[in-house]
Amino acid sequence: MAAWYLPIPDSESEPFWNAAAEGRLVYQHCRSCGNDYHYPRARCPHCWSDQVEWRDASGRGTVYTYSVVRQNPMPPFRERVPYAVGIVELEEGPRMMSALVEARPEDIRIGLPVEVVFEREGGDDGMVVPRFRPAR
Amino acid sequence: MLSLACESALAAVADAGLEMGDIDGYCAYPGGLVGGAGFSGPSSYQVIDSLGIQPDWHAAGAEVPGQLGPVMIAALAVQAGLARHVLVQRTVAESTLGLPAQSMSGGAIAGDFSFLIPFYAVSPAIWLALYATRYMHEYGLTQEQLGWVALNSRRHAARNPRAVFRDPLSMDEYLSSRLIATPFRLYDCDVPVDGSTSVIVSAAGATSGLRHQPALIESMGAAMHGRPLWDQWEDLTTTASRDAGAQLWSRTSLRPQDVDVAELYDGFSFLTITWLEALRLVPRGGAGAFLDGGVNTDLDGRLPLNTWGGQLSGGRLHGMAFLAEGCQQLWGDAGEHQVTARPVNLVAVAAGGGNTCGCLLLRRPG
Repeated sequence: MAAWYLPIPDSESEPFWNAAAEGRLVYQHCRSCGNDYHYPRARCPHCWSDQVEWRDASGRGTVYTYSVVRQNPMPPFRERVPYAVGIVELEEGPRMMSALVEARPEDIRIGLPVEVVFEREGGDDGMVVPRFRPAR
Repeated sequence: MLSLACESALAAVADAGLEMGDIDGYCAYPGGLVGGAGFSGPSSYQVIDSLGIQPDWHAAGAEVPGQLGPVMIAALAVQAGLARHVLVQRTVAESTLGLPAQSMSGGAIAGDFSFLIPFYAVSPAIWLALYATRYMHEYGLTQEQLGWVALNSRRHAARNPRAVFRDPLSMDEYLSSRLIATPFRLYDCDVPVDGSTSVIVSAAGATSGLRHQPALIESMGAAMHGRPLWDQWEDLTTTASRDAGAQLWSRTSLRPQDVDVAELYDGFSFLTITWLEALRLVPRGGAGAFLDGGVNTDLDGRLPLNTWGGQLSGGRLHGMAFLAEGCQQLWGDAGEHQVTARPVNLVAVAAGGGNTCGCLLLRRPG
């Protein structure tokens, strides 16, 4: 059984997770009105067009906000504290929640340039999940 | 927990001067089997069956304007003539049965949670810590000012025999309490309890002969004008409280400075800050300065706040206890934590955070 904290992809989110497995971070773009957005939706939430496509993100962004988590009783997170979570503003505009990795908690700040990395979670039957680390 | 729900229902019906047979409606948040048994409490059907209620109107759910959502649904129902006396409840058993995040670890993640949980953002403490960090960045709120939400509540809880934490809390103790998710420390997070709160919402024409002069709902706020997702809300220095608060004031000729007492949700300390500003009780970005030192929010201050001790010290009754306290303040029934330095004519009550936000303005009749 897959780890409890990993997603069950559905018809709308599957392209995101398939792309992650290939080492690509993707977001949706509306060909009708140009809206770039995160969270997969079959139609553009701005103009309701169904002419939406997945685009590859550069993987670069900045930390919009963050928190350093010190207490979390749930496995596997209890072995991982302290860890950092942030909302990253992608270069292309959309924001997304992500873990912030490969950084000391005290080095994370709002506005920090970050870049995507891909980590396998949950072992062999797990999934690849995008994370962000300080840009190099 | 079913027994708690029944006990609070019987107490509220008796306090109102009604008989259980007068209750012809039932509303609750969030209904059964939502987020684990400790969070959801009993299903509405269990309570309705246990009390032998014959409802002409009933509704329970979680996707409503915050924990006061069922109060608003009840108000709409009595206004529409569907019922005369609606029992509204929130029951929790999180002390014995655990919090929703703990029940989540039973299975894989589906729907929009797919874009939170796999990224280690696994609890409301983390989601709201992200908002608080951004607010501190934009408005310069200090950790000490945030701590005053907790210190203020603890001071009032000392006067409330039903509060969980009643010993004084010093700033040093607050600042040395363990970090949960920065900037939240232990005392920025409410304390899980088992408990039940019941309120009766009655039609305006059905209140003669009751024990209290009713607390009138002057206006309600339920608006939500942003993307209803924790990480997609565009302005993380506020929540849907911003829209609910604006709507509340758009539906009355009264003004923020008319509010005598404020009962503002504090599932996390920061949420009280969002509500103070959303309800325009303080200027935008000014909550920290207003809270600092605790003078303004004391029982004899400019705006007595969370007079029962809030959820931080009173216990996590999840929204509805703020309404019960607001009613008791209007009735002069709040015992040792009654505001006496001024007449209490108008009370602001608010619950929720993120996209689930709702608020009420309560006043004396006349």
